[in-house]
Amino acid sequence: MTVDDRFSQDIRETRTDLPLGTRNEIITGPVSDWATNFSHLEPEWAADPYPIQDDLRQRCPIAHTDRFGGGWLPTRYEDVAAIAYDTERFSSRSIIMSNFRPPLEVAPVGGTPPISSDPPFHHDARKLLLPAFTKAAVAKREAATRALCHTLIDAFEDQPVVDAARDYAQYIPMRVIADMLGFPPQDGPRFREFIENALEGVNLPPEERIARMGKLFDYLLAQIRDHLDHPREDLTTYLINAELYGHKLDPSHVAGTMALLLIAGIDTTWSAIGASLWHLAKTPHDRERLVAEPELLPTAMEEFLRAYAPVTMARLVKEDMHWNGVEMKADDWILLSFPAANRDPQQFDRADEVVIDRQVNRHAAFGLGIHRCVGSHLARMELRVALDVWLERIPDFSLADPAAVTWAAGQVRGPRTLPLRIGIG
Amino acid sequence: MNVRIESQRCHGHGRCYDLAPGLFAEDDEGYGQVIADGVVPPGKEQTARLTMANCPERAIDISEEARDDR
Repeated sequence: MTVDDRFSQDIRETRTDLPLGTRNEIITGPVSDWATNFSHLEPEWAADPYPIQDDLRQRCPIAHTDRFGGGWLPTRYEDVAAIAYDTERFSSRSIIMSNFRPPLEVAPVGGTPPISSDPPFHHDARKLLLPAFTKAAVAKREAATRALCHTLIDAFEDQPVVDAARDYAQYIPMRVIADMLGFPPQDGPRFREFIENALEGVNLPPEERIARMGKLFDYLLAQIRDHLDHPREDLTTYLINAELYGHKLDPSHVAGTMALLLIAGIDTTWSAIGASLWHLAKTPHDRERLVAEPELLPTAMEEFLRAYAPVTMARLVKEDMHWNGVEMKADDWILLSFPAANRDPQQFDRADEVVIDRQVNRHAAFGLGIHRCVGSHLARMELRVALDVWLERIPDFSLADPAAVTWAAGQVRGPRTLPLRIGIG
Repeated sequence: MNVRIESQRCHGHGRCYDLAPGLFAEDDEGYGQVIADGVVPPGKEQTARLTMANCPERAIDISEEARDDR
């Protein structure tokens, strides 16, 4: 048996051959005109992006910004879908719109495969993950998820007001993904720091971002080394042993995929659970109906996913081109807003209303095309169980202080503070 | 009535086997598969149409050919 020495040195030092990439001037501050100067990091976008998107859809419909080195924001379903399907002209080599573009040479793998990968490599990297995330595979985690939800609610005891984002929604995906990767469950709070750095720190100076991402990769490397010494039945051991094209994976591929699963698996589902509870807390007739008709939950859940889709992706334009009426330049960002697509009245009847018994719901909350969220079945299981247990245990709840609700800014949007007044019967 | 999945378009969202587990199933990678020959049993036509209307990739085709019972 040979020793696996892929992880004996710092993973980041294995790719010193790459150019540095492109850094842009950091532009922050209030948006003067959303059509020409948009920013998804500003507080008004975080608080309520839908009126902004609706306005842009009517008058643009593809907005532009000079921030982040230049980018576009399509707001019609048709345009969002066309870009998601067009992997020839739009690259996933970076999927977080920030002031830094990784060099072209990182394609087609990217830093966090397969979400950052382009065809044909993408297909093979994704294929490695799919079996672990089928509906049947994630169903095995349902009982443990249900038990966790009960434990979290038990801990509320007699408090009249609880923070459903911080003390409930957050912990569910955190625990599930830690279990899947085989990380210590008590490390959860550290994951939150990693997530905030990756998704909300996108306008920090690059040196600071690199240092912060370094902490994440140091953590992942420690977990990988522990799994090398003590192999287990989990995704980390699986990725360490996985092979592609007859070889074990490049160490940066193993760590990059682990980073992806950790980050994309947590605050997305946390956001979906929180946004659903927020809607029910402020909409008593929907809450009462779901309590009375629990069999409606799977349908209602799809509507929450449509109306409050947490995830916006990004792409990079490959070559200069004229595209649907705008002049795109190579390396321009595309902010690929599935939330905006999901509220396009050309695609959905009563697009701006939450209709919990909506029968026809071809929403794009989990993306479209080859990059369909690999964890969508897991996210749906977690969301369904989280809402089911909450409504069974706490059928009566309302917003304790609407002004105190806060939303994450950036490409994953959901409540981060959600004080609810609860009546545990 | 017959259902069919255009496998080139399917990306494994799983709406079909969520909504109509008697007509569709998932394969080992989560892609949708039509169970048996894709003939929709009597009374399940509405369910079949619902899956078509909810597939985000528009990967489900339904053919409403005349059957012996008509």
